[in-house]
Amino acid sequence: MSILVDDDTRVVVQGITGGEGKFHTEQMIDYGTNVVAGAVPGRGGQTVAGVPVYDTVERAAEAEDADASVIFVPPAFAADAIFEALDAPIDLAVAITEGVPTQDMAAVNAAVSDSETTLVGPNCPGVITPGAGKLGILPGNIFEPGNVGLVSRSGTLTYQVVSNLTDRGLGQSTAVGIGGDPIIGTSFVDAIELFEADPDTDAIVMCGEIGGEDEERAAAFIHDHVDTPVAGFIAGRTAPPGKRMGHAGAIVSGSGTGTAQSKIDALGEAGVPVGDTPAEVAEIVADF
Amino acid sequence: MRLHEHQAKNVFAGAGVPIPDSALATTTEGVVDAAEEIGFPVAVKAQVHVGGRGKAGGIELVESPEEARAAADRILGMDLKGYTVETVLVEAAVEFVNELYVGITMDRDAGQPVLMVSTEGGVDIEAVAAETPEAIARVHVDPVAGLRPFQARQAVYRAGVPDDVASDVASVLSTLYELFDERDASEIEINPVMVTNDREVVAADAVMNVDDDALFRQAGLAELEAESYTNDLERKAGEYGFDYVRLDGNVGIIGNGAGLVMTTLDLVDYFGGAPANFLDIGGGAKAERVANALDVVFADDNVDSVVFNIFGGITRGDEVAEGINTALEQFEAIPKPVVVRLAGTNAEAGMEILNTDLVEVEATLEDAVERAVDNANEVSQ
Repeated sequence: MSILVDDDTRVVVQGITGGEGKFHTEQMIDYGTNVVAGAVPGRGGQTVAGVPVYDTVERAAEAEDADASVIFVPPAFAADAIFEALDAPIDLAVAITEGVPTQDMAAVNAAVSDSETTLVGPNCPGVITPGAGKLGILPGNIFEPGNVGLVSRSGTLTYQVVSNLTDRGLGQSTAVGIGGDPIIGTSFVDAIELFEADPDTDAIVMCGEIGGEDEERAAAFIHDHVDTPVAGFIAGRTAPPGKRMGHAGAIVSGSGTGTAQSKIDALGEAGVPVGDTPAEVAEIVADF
Repeated sequence: MRLHEHQAKNVFAGAGVPIPDSALATTTEGVVDAAEEIGFPVAVKAQVHVGGRGKAGGIELVESPEEARAAADRILGMDLKGYTVETVLVEAAVEFVNELYVGITMDRDAGQPVLMVSTEGGVDIEAVAAETPEAIARVHVDPVAGLRPFQARQAVYRAGVPDDVASDVASVLSTLYELFDERDASEIEINPVMVTNDREVVAADAVMNVDDDALFRQAGLAELEAESYTNDLERKAGEYGFDYVRLDGNVGIIGNGAGLVMTTLDLVDYFGGAPANFLDIGGGAKAERVANALDVVFADDNVDSVVFNIFGGITRGDEVAEGINTALEQFEAIPKPVVVRLAGTNAEAGMEILNTDLVEVEATLEDAVERAVDNANEVSQ
């Protein structure tokens, strides 16, 4: 078991004919993912990496029985691609695209709430269930199958923490990169709720960062609803207020909401130990 | 991207929001001339991206040419929280009877824009929000349907704006929402909106932040970007296409991915050092990008040592190592000691390739940061 992605997940790649789309489709297939179709307007009938391309997601999903989508569409068109996935309908849409305008995501957010689709991202590395499949750009070689569920707002920080876990022999059930934007689909609470219900996830790691209050909400949720042990990490302790630290969502407001300390305190009050370094996070999980 | 006050005011005025008479100046003579043209009293206002400009001495009200000259001499060239003031806005001082606050921001947790109105303008609105949140009326707007006219009135009346100016303030708020929506703003604020003796409303300050991710479709605003940089290092990094933030420490940091770079900064602090900057080199790290990143960090006089932290996902460690070697070979002498840590795909091959005459190599993130902190301490002693 795992969350979101398993051996049976059938994937359509939106934007498969672009450089990123093609490269990562090959990588996903190499990892053993069932990539069954691509969707690119005007490119129906072509084949990329051995995968048939359709003009619309609807056709791709129907013809190849796809239930998930990975989106590598450029920022200006990414919101439309997500709307198309919602309409298909696809159960899981993973938007990798970085740089989607926030106001576009506000419109998407309203539509996602009314749909049956789970959206992950945008601006995220994707979802991987080690040994089963990956939807996105995560490097498969650092992951090992196991029982630690990981949810993170950042790509390379995820890789760092995963390698610390893997080095200690702590494999992963599923790792979910939820993305660094201000408005995203799956939140920490959503992912943690899924991990809590997954019998094969025995421990959860959440890697948060400055900005917003998603970590604080997750802390309250964990306190009230989660029995699985959770370890935390929060990036951005040294970030000055008012400055965007790379991710569009990683900003401490002038009034001091969204600080690392507020998140660390909230997690602490919920009984979630927070590591000072990525290595310490793996140490905490090993001690669970 | 944050617009300067005068840039934001131009945008607001273009949409019909009343602003005071004003002119920009970069020299003392320019300030005096502008002040005489506008007529005293005027405010001389530093155009830098610093909160609390007034308290920090960046704004002065003057009533004569002599005072204007003295204020200009003092403010132009002054250091305001790390930023040098190069330009001031000379603006007619508005006599007012009320100061209001109006703002629109994206409520990220609700996923919707929110209108905010308060009769407690002219002060730090974030302090008001923290101490008396009920003093700020908030109305969320459905981003798909857009602002319904009644919502602007609702916010204004809920806030208790005086009846005789309520409709004018609601009209300003509606105009600001149109700008917010059409110009991909992430934040728009007027604090204060001044209500004059004649019951006119005037925008006495202006804040406008534009979503960086939407600049591709905001050509007119994107042109202002170069002007809105406030220091040379930020400008240089922006031109190279890096996400860069300058801090006040002495350990320079280059890494890939926002979360990992932030973590590297935090570890510098954890090991007793002080980070000089955030620099995300992004995906891939070919020689040119590496050289550009080093150019930015080496150009910072505060930097005493550098740590390079790359976790290769799809990026290959051997390619990064070659990039670092090539970039550093261009220097006759390495200006500041560089510690490199590579992890992930082909990291071991990369570590072997790295030229240890040019860089120090560490295997773990923690060791690399600790060594860079030690290097900085040695240099600064």
